[in-house]
Amino acid sequence: MDNNIAVSMKHITKAFGTKVVANKDVSMDIRKGEILALLGENGSGKTTLMNMLSGIYHQDSGQIFVEGQEVHITSPKDAYELGIGMIHQHFKLVDVLTATENVALGMDKKKAKNNRVIAKAIEEICDKYGFDVDPKKKVYNMTVSQKQTLEIVKTLYRGANILILDEPTAVLTPQETDKLFAVLRNMKADGKSIIIITHKLHEVLAISDRVSILRKGEYIGTVKTSEATVQSLTEMMVGQKVELDIERPEVENKELRLQIEHLTCLDKYGVTALDDVSLDAFSGEILGIAGISGSGQKQLLESIAGLQEAQPGSSIVYINPETGAKEQIIGKDVTQIKKMGVALSFVPEDRLGMGLVGTMGMTDNMMLRSYKKGHSIFADRKAPHDLAVKVKEELEVVTPGLQTPVRRLSGGNVQKVLVGREIAAQPTVLMAAYAVRGLDINTSYTIYRLLNEEKKKGTAVIYVGEDLDVLLALCDRIAVLCDGKLNGVVDARTATKEEVGELMTHLKEEGVSADDGNDK
Amino acid sequence: MTATTSKTMTTHKKDPLVRIVRRESMPLWKSVMVRVIAVVASLLVSGVIIYLLTGASPIKVYGSMLQGAFGNSPANYSQKTWITVRDTMMLLCIAVGLAPAFKMKFWNIGAEGQVLVGGIATAACMIYLKNLPPVLLFICMVGASLLAGAIWGLLPAVFKAKWDTNETLFTLMMNYVALQLTSFCVAKWENPIGSNKVGIINQGAANQQGWFPAIFGQDYMLNVIIVMALTVGMFFYLKYSKQGYEIAVIGDSQNTARYAGISVKKVIIRTMLISGAICGLAGFITVSGSAHTISTSTAGGKGFTAIIVAWLAKFNTFTMILIALLITVLDKGAIQVATEFNISKDMSNMITGIILFFIIGSEFFINYKLIFRKKEKEVA
Amino acid sequence: MVGFVSLFQQAVVFGTIIMFGAVGEIITEKSGNLNLGVPGIMYLGGISSLIGVFFYENSTDNPNKFVCVLIALLCAFLASAFGGLIFSFLTITLRANQNVTGLTLTIFGSGVANFFGGSLNQLSGGVGQLRVPVTSDAFRIQIPGLSSMNNIIGELFFRYGWLVYVAIVVAILAQVFLSKSRAGLNLRAVGENPATADAAGINVTLYKYLATCIGAGISGLGGLYYVMDFTQGKWANDGTLEGLGWLAVALVIFTTWRPKNAIWGSYLFGLLYWVYMYIVGISRASQELFKMLPYVVTIIVLIIISLRKKRENQPPEALGLSYFREDR
Repeated sequence: MDNNIAVSMKHITKAFGTKVVANKDVSMDIRKGEILALLGENGSGKTTLMNMLSGIYHQDSGQIFVEGQEVHITSPKDAYELGIGMIHQHFKLVDVLTATENVALGMDKKKAKNNRVIAKAIEEICDKYGFDVDPKKKVYNMTVSQKQTLEIVKTLYRGANILILDEPTAVLTPQETDKLFAVLRNMKADGKSIIIITHKLHEVLAISDRVSILRKGEYIGTVKTSEATVQSLTEMMVGQKVELDIERPEVENKELRLQIEHLTCLDKYGVTALDDVSLDAFSGEILGIAGISGSGQKQLLESIAGLQEAQPGSSIVYINPETGAKEQIIGKDVTQIKKMGVALSFVPEDRLGMGLVGTMGMTDNMMLRSYKKGHSIFADRKAPHDLAVKVKEELEVVTPGLQTPVRRLSGGNVQKVLVGREIAAQPTVLMAAYAVRGLDINTSYTIYRLLNEEKKKGTAVIYVGEDLDVLLALCDRIAVLCDGKLNGVVDARTATKEEVGELMTHLKEEGVSADDGNDK
Repeated sequence: MTATTSKTMTTHKKDPLVRIVRRESMPLWKSVMVRVIAVVASLLVSGVIIYLLTGASPIKVYGSMLQGAFGNSPANYSQKTWITVRDTMMLLCIAVGLAPAFKMKFWNIGAEGQVLVGGIATAACMIYLKNLPPVLLFICMVGASLLAGAIWGLLPAVFKAKWDTNETLFTLMMNYVALQLTSFCVAKWENPIGSNKVGIINQGAANQQGWFPAIFGQDYMLNVIIVMALTVGMFFYLKYSKQGYEIAVIGDSQNTARYAGISVKKVIIRTMLISGAICGLAGFITVSGSAHTISTSTAGGKGFTAIIVAWLAKFNTFTMILIALLITVLDKGAIQVATEFNISKDMSNMITGIILFFIIGSEFFINYKLIFRKKEKEVA
Repeated sequence: MVGFVSLFQQAVVFGTIIMFGAVGEIITEKSGNLNLGVPGIMYLGGISSLIGVFFYENSTDNPNKFVCVLIALLCAFLASAFGGLIFSFLTITLRANQNVTGLTLTIFGSGVANFFGGSLNQLSGGVGQLRVPVTSDAFRIQIPGLSSMNNIIGELFFRYGWLVYVAIVVAILAQVFLSKSRAGLNLRAVGENPATADAAGINVTLYKYLATCIGAGISGLGGLYYVMDFTQGKWANDGTLEGLGWLAVALVIFTTWRPKNAIWGSYLFGLLYWVYMYIVGISRASQELFKMLPYVVTIIVLIIISLRKKRENQPPEALGLSYFREDR
C-alpha cells in the first residue's frame, strides 16, 4: 500500500431510511500533506461522507483505512484517537467559556492539564501555524472567524493530523478567508492532511492540491487542481443536462409586480448576506432564484415577506395589480403588508419551524393565515376544514386524518399542506423556497404543476431551487445569486447548465451589470 | 478506544441495551390505562407506607380515606361531600386559570400569589364596602379580584415580552410579595385586635355581606356554578377562539407565530392578564364563597398544586376536573386517616407527593417507548 | 449599636440556612436542572437529622456528641440527596418536566417532614416535646477562644455555632470547584450546552445526576442547621423553613449563579428579613411589608440581569430544559 495515503475510504455506502441514499459506493484517498477539496452541489453527500470519518455516522457498508489499517469509527472520540478532527458548520463551543476552557472541555484525566499549560499550548499552536487566538477571550465575544479558528486549534490540540473543514468559508469575509487559507497552507507544510468541503470553485482553485467530486451521492472522480479549470470542474459537478418533462407555458400578460432595488441585508451574525440586489418580478412568469445555499436566498424572500430587516437605501416596491398603485414594502411588518392588500405567499425553507404548526392538524394549519377573518371572537373552522378537505383530495395528501398533527406526516405531505394553503390564499406574488426538497418524483411534479397553474393565473411566482435541471425546465428567467450578490439573470429557455453553474460558484468582476448574464 | 483495540471489533455496531424512542401516538385507551396503572401503583406504595406507620390494614385505610372525602354516616355524607366538591372547585379554578399560560409555554408559577391578591381585594371590599347593596358589592368584589390577579400576572408578562426576563423565577418571587402583602392586610384588619387573624368577616346571621348566597339550599352551589362555567368557557376559548388559536401557535413555535403575523408580545401580555385574573377570581371564590376570611393560608399551596393539575391535564380543562377531584379526595382522605389513627394530618401532603410522582413518571411511558436490543444477525 | 449587633447576628443565622440552600441549588442549576424542590429538600434534611439523632439519643443514656453530629450530618445529607435522586430520576431518566417535578418534591418534602415531625412530637408527648438537646448543644458549640472575645468583633463574628463557618467553607469550595476544577468546567458546559458537552465526550447524564444529588445534599444541610441551631433541636411546623427554601431559590438568582456571592448575599437577605424589628415606630402591619424586601430585591436583580444582557450573569443557557441526545 502507498505509504503516502493518510486515509482511504473504500466502497462506502450510506442510506437514510429506505429511500434516500446519501452515499453510494464511494471510494477515495486522502494523501498526507495535501489539501483535498471535496466538491459537489448541495445534497451531493459531501458532509455525510465526512461525517463517517469523524464518527457522527457509521457507514452501512464499505471500509475505512487509516495509515493502511482498517478502522471502525463509532464516535467522535474514536475519530480523535485516530487523529481525525472535523470542524462542523455549527461550531461546538460553549459561549460563556473562554477559549482555553473550551479546549480543555471533556478531556481525559490523563491529558487534563491545568489551564495555564493549555493556554501555553494554544499559543504554541498559534505561533506554529499563524493563528490568532486569545486564550482568555470568551467565545461569545468572538467573531465567527475567531470561533472557527478556535475550533481548528481545539482539534489540533487534541492531536489531529487529518482535518476536515465543512464549508469553512461560508461564514467568513474575503479577508478572513485569505487568512484561513494561509494557515491551512502552513498546516499542510507541516504534513497535515486537510479536507475542505466546498462548492465554491474559485476557492477550490486557490487552495487545493487535488479535487474529488461527488454528484448525487456518487463519486465522480478526482483531478489535480493544477490541471482543472472552472469549466471542467463545473461540468463534473453538475453533470450532463437531464431533460425533464416539465411543462412550461408561455408568459402571458407580463406586468411588473415587484421592483427590488439596492436591497442589502445582514444575517444574524451581522455579516452582509444580501448585497445591493436589484431585481424585478413580473406577473405570469416564474422567476427562478439559483445559488449555492446561503447565498442570500433566505434574506431575499424574507425581506419581501416582511420578516427580515433591510439596510437603509433598500427598496422593494409592490405594484398593485388592480390599481397600479406603488407601495413600499420595506419597513412594514407581516400584518401591515397583508393589510396593504399585498398578497405574499411564502413557503419558508423550514417547513415545520415556520410555515406550519407541527402539533396541529391540517385544518388548524389551514387557519394560520386566515384565522383573523370575520368579527366573531371564535375562529371560523368551517372554511379551513373545507380547504383542508380540498387540499387533501387535490394534492393527495396522505394523512390518517385532518386532525393528525402535521409533524407526523412525511416530508412530501407536509410540503403539500403548506403549498396548498399558500396557493389557496390566491396570492399575486407566490414565493416558494426549496419546495421540492426531500420529495419524491410524483410529489415534485404535483408542485411544479401547481406553480404553473399559478403562473397561468397571472401570479408572479418566485421559485428558489437547488436542482439546476428543474430551474432550467420550469422557470422563465433565472436570477443567480453568488455570495449575496446578484451575479446575473439568464433566460431559462436558452441558458445552459454550465452557464448557471458558473454564475453560482464564480463571482464575476465587480461592476458587471446583472443583465450581462444573457450575453454569455 | 484506540486503533489497535478497535481492530478486533467486527463491523457489527453495538447498539445500547435499551433505546428510548419518541412515540408518535398512543391510543386513548392505552394512555388512560397507563395513568390508571400509575395511580393504582402509587396507592399500593402509599398503602404499604401507611401500613408500616400505623399497622392498620391498607383496605381499612382506603375505606376511611373514602369516608374522609365523602362522609362516614348518613348525617355527614352531604356535608363532607360538599366540602370535597368545594375544595375541588377551588383547585380546578386555579388550574383553569393557568391553562392558557401553560398552553403558551409561559411558566406561570405565580398562581399562589395571584389567588392571594384576589382574596385580599375581595376581603377589602367585604370590609370597606359592606354597606353597598349586595349586587353592587358583588360587582365590586369580582371586579377588584379580577383586577388584582391581572396586575399580578401582568408584571412578569410585560418583562417577559419586552426583555425576556425569566418568567418562572419572576412569578415565583411574586408569590412571596403577595404573601407578605397578605400578612400586612391581616395585621391591618385583625379582629379581635391582637389575635393576628382577620376572623370571619361580617359574621352573624344578620350580616354576611359579601358572602355567597346559598343556592338550592347549598352554600357552595355558587362556587360550583362559577367554576364550571369558567371550565367550560376556558375549554371553548382555548379550542375555538381566535385568541386561543394564537396562544396555541405561540406555544408551538414563536417563529411560526411571527410568520403568521401574530404579535407575540401582545399575546403574551393579554394571556397573562387573563390567567392572572382567573386566579384572582379563585381568591374571590375562596374568600367570599367559603372561608369568609383572609389569611396567609388562603391559597394554602393550591396555587402550586394547580400547576401540577394543569400540566398533567395537558391544558384540557375537562381532564382537570378529574385530576383536581382525585387530589382533593386524597387530601381529605389522608386527613381522615390521620385523625382516625392519631397521626399527623400532614400525611396527606406526603401521600399526594407520592401519587404525583407516579403520575408524572408515567407520562414517560405515554410519550416514549423502550426498544430493547434485539439479537441481530452478524453482518460480515 | 446593641440593636445592630443583634440584627447582624440574626441575619447571619438566617443567612446560613439560606446559604446552604442556595449553594446546593447553584450546583444543581449549573447542570441545567432547575429544581424547585429546594424547600422540600431542606425539610427532608431537617427532619431526617432530627429523627436520626432522636432515636440515637433515646437509645443510649450517654449520647456521644461526636456520634450525634455524625448521625445528624449523614442523615440530613443522605435524605436530601435522596430527594435530589427522585428529582433526577424523574426529570433526567423519565424526562418529566422540571418545574412540575420540583414543585411536587416540595409538597412531598414538607409532607414527610411535618408528618414525622408531628408524629414524633405526639410520640414524645405533645408539641415541642420532641427534643434532641445533646445534639443541638453539639451543633451550637462555638469556636473556642475566638468566641470568648468580649469586643465588637467577637460579638459580630464569633457568637455562632460552627455550622455557620462550615457554610462559608462550603460556599468557597463550591466556588473553587466551579471556577477552577476540570469537573466544574465540564459541569458548566453541561448546563450551558449539553450537546457540545456530549460531543466533547462528557457524560451528560452522570454529571446531571451527581450535581443534582450532591446539590440537594448541600441544600439539605440548611434544614439541618435550621433544626439543630435555630430551633435548638425542636420541630416547629410553622412554614418558616418553606419560606426560607424559596428565599434560597431567590438567592441563586441574586448571586447570578456564583457561590461566592451567596456568602454576603445570604447575610444581606437575612438582614433584609429582620430589619423590620429594628426600625423604630413602625406598626406590626408595616413590618410585614418590610419582609417583602428580599423577594422584591430578587425581582429587581432578575430584571436588571435581563436588561443588561451581560452574558456572565445569565442563567445557565440550558436551565430547565431536558437533554436527549437523539433530539440533536
